[in-house]
Amino acid sequence: MAMLSGAQILIESLVREGAEAVFGYPGGVTLPIYDVLYSHPLRHVLVRHEQNAAFAAQGYARATGKAGVCMATSGPGATNLTTGLVDALMDSIPVVAVTGQVPQALIGRDAFQEADTFGISRSATKHNYLVKDISELSQTVHEAFHIAVSGRPGPVLVDITKDVLLSKADYSDEQAMEPLRGYRLAAEPDADAIERAVEFLWRAERPYIYAGGGVISSSASAELVRFSELLEAPLAHTVMGLGAMPTGHPNFISMLGMHGSYAANMGVTECDTLIGLGVRFDDRVTGRLDKFAPGAKVLHVDIDPAEINKNRRADLGLVGDAKPVLRALNERLAETRATLGRERRVERLAWMEHVRAMKRDHPYVYEESTEEIKPQALMRKLDQISGGEAIVTVDVGQHQMWAAQHLRFNHPRLWQSSSGLGSMGFGLPAAMGAKFACADKTVIAIVGDGGFMMSLPELGTIAANRLPVKIIVMNNNTLGMVRQWQQLFYGKRYSEVDVASFPDASLLAAAFGIAGGSVADPADLDDALAHAFDEPGPYLLNVQVTPEECVYPMVPAGGAVSEMILRPEPEAAEAVAGD
Amino acid sequence: MQQLISLLVENKPGALMRVAGVLTSRGYNIESLTVAKTIDPTLSIMTIVAEVGEDGRDLLIKQISRLVNVIKAVDLTDSRAVRRELVLIKIYVAEERRPALLTEAEIFRARVVDASPEAYTIEATGSPDKLNALIALLRSYGPIEMVRSGAMAMARAKQNKLPVPSYTEAALSEG
Repeated sequence: MAMLSGAQILIESLVREGAEAVFGYPGGVTLPIYDVLYSHPLRHVLVRHEQNAAFAAQGYARATGKAGVCMATSGPGATNLTTGLVDALMDSIPVVAVTGQVPQALIGRDAFQEADTFGISRSATKHNYLVKDISELSQTVHEAFHIAVSGRPGPVLVDITKDVLLSKADYSDEQAMEPLRGYRLAAEPDADAIERAVEFLWRAERPYIYAGGGVISSSASAELVRFSELLEAPLAHTVMGLGAMPTGHPNFISMLGMHGSYAANMGVTECDTLIGLGVRFDDRVTGRLDKFAPGAKVLHVDIDPAEINKNRRADLGLVGDAKPVLRALNERLAETRATLGRERRVERLAWMEHVRAMKRDHPYVYEESTEEIKPQALMRKLDQISGGEAIVTVDVGQHQMWAAQHLRFNHPRLWQSSSGLGSMGFGLPAAMGAKFACADKTVIAIVGDGGFMMSLPELGTIAANRLPVKIIVMNNNTLGMVRQWQQLFYGKRYSEVDVASFPDASLLAAAFGIAGGSVADPADLDDALAHAFDEPGPYLLNVQVTPEECVYPMVPAGGAVSEMILRPEPEAAEAVAGD
Repeated sequence: MQQLISLLVENKPGALMRVAGVLTSRGYNIESLTVAKTIDPTLSIMTIVAEVGEDGRDLLIKQISRLVNVIKAVDLTDSRAVRRELVLIKIYVAEERRPALLTEAEIFRARVVDASPEAYTIEATGSPDKLNALIALLRSYGPIEMVRSGAMAMARAKQNKLPVPSYTEAALSEG
């Protein structure tokens, strides 16, 4: 046992729990922590805004599956973290946030930089703590990591008063950790439930798998692929699920939902058995709920019991971690394949052929151009560069959907998108976190011109760390997705979406001391991209694309996914008020 | 409709805020909420009555159950639970009407716990319906002030029982 300060205990506890990097920003009450970090081997990455510390921690977590760690001071530091924490909560990403709090004697007295971080972060986290006693600090950090990564992952915040950071206590790495009484993890799948599910699955003539982020959290990609192969069922991913099944797998159809492919959405509409794996029947996937998979019986597998029957009633609900559930299902599917599995196999194979034919006949289409760079063409070029192997982070909006449609992912944890909360400004800091986690991988941040400006200060972090992230700004001079809705549903009354005063990218990059450039002519795109990716350091490439381009297919908000708009028909579009 | 929820929570700062937060973030109004320690002082039992739509009931229980500080939450709305509430009523009543008041209060097993020249303070426990009837009756005697505790409930059926240590178990673990 050694006598350590609260700040030292915090840092030693972070290291003990496996933290490799902390994304943070110092301030008054966290001075004791930063004094420890001054001479400690734990890596601290100084970001330029606390929101980006939370996003970078997510980038690290999404790339590795381990908890990402961010840190901020009290008051504004903590409130700035909040968007990144809600974002992690919505997408079930493990993050541990450490915030400093004013000394206990000042709490409740409107002290300088005091905010009720514990109260504010209650609804922004899976769980949170206010540490007022140094004897609880080590255990609390342990619990925070355990809660963040286990079960349905999510963000956990630990708020620590400054007097705790300054006081001293005994600390040992071998301290016994108390169990959490109210925190129960999903049990192993029950054999009877697996048996019922297997019988349910073999009764299907038109099975369809809809898999999401839960499969990636569970590291169940291999099991997912095997499941689809055993059942001989087509598979669509949510935007969170991309990469769980390799894009090139013959059973993979595409993304489904609001901007999903024709085949993916018609597949879910026509199936007789829908298997939801680690998904939450989000409104951006289902569109009008009563017309989503209208003739299908539903098997829903999720680790969170609160997801079963939340939006769509499941005929069979299985609460459990995707990996052991799929393993158990696969084992029984393999054993019963030659018996039960034979009964409807002819119908299933015909169905698979039908869905594959829809995919073949209805690819994502766009009008090619030799005068302007089409955003979809840009995504295709980036896809060629990546070859399905790069880590791609995106922001929120049109570029996000085009990237989801056109880029391939050969593995899970390559694709990072703020999917549930839809936070603009996510892509660039997430790419930083991903690059710190996976130095050997190509990391591409594809961002829009709107979201890029929200994360602009992080060019400072990228420059200071010589972080070789490739930033591709898909610049259409507008807030494109908002403009698209105004174009289609608000009679082209383009209200406050013009962000055309974009800075000169090469000058902007140079001002931060990094390389950059712009390209607008399709004939120059290959060279510009080659230049960006040949550059050993970071690169900022501003790509001017067709301004008035819309993402298709599109399911209007509240519409049925089978009624998607497939191509531009601006005159025919009806004004539909939606959210 | 009014949903009756009974839950066992860790007696920790923030536990009440988390539970209430699940309700308030959905815009549900909490009609009453009582909380107090169990035999095991590290645990508390909460009884909540809230106005919740029929299709939201199951989801609400699940979302409360997944809170880290919540050990178990049960929906007692449709179960044969014992429901009791305490009410304190101060009634300003003229001296000549006091005997009649006492006789009627006796019907409800209400008792006088404080008396002054101006007023009686009456205590009663019972089901919310019984207390409503008592309050209506007492109001006929004069102006009243009252404080209600909100509902407390305990499951009769074994399946809705909270896993609280009994006196015997607590005694054993301490011994």
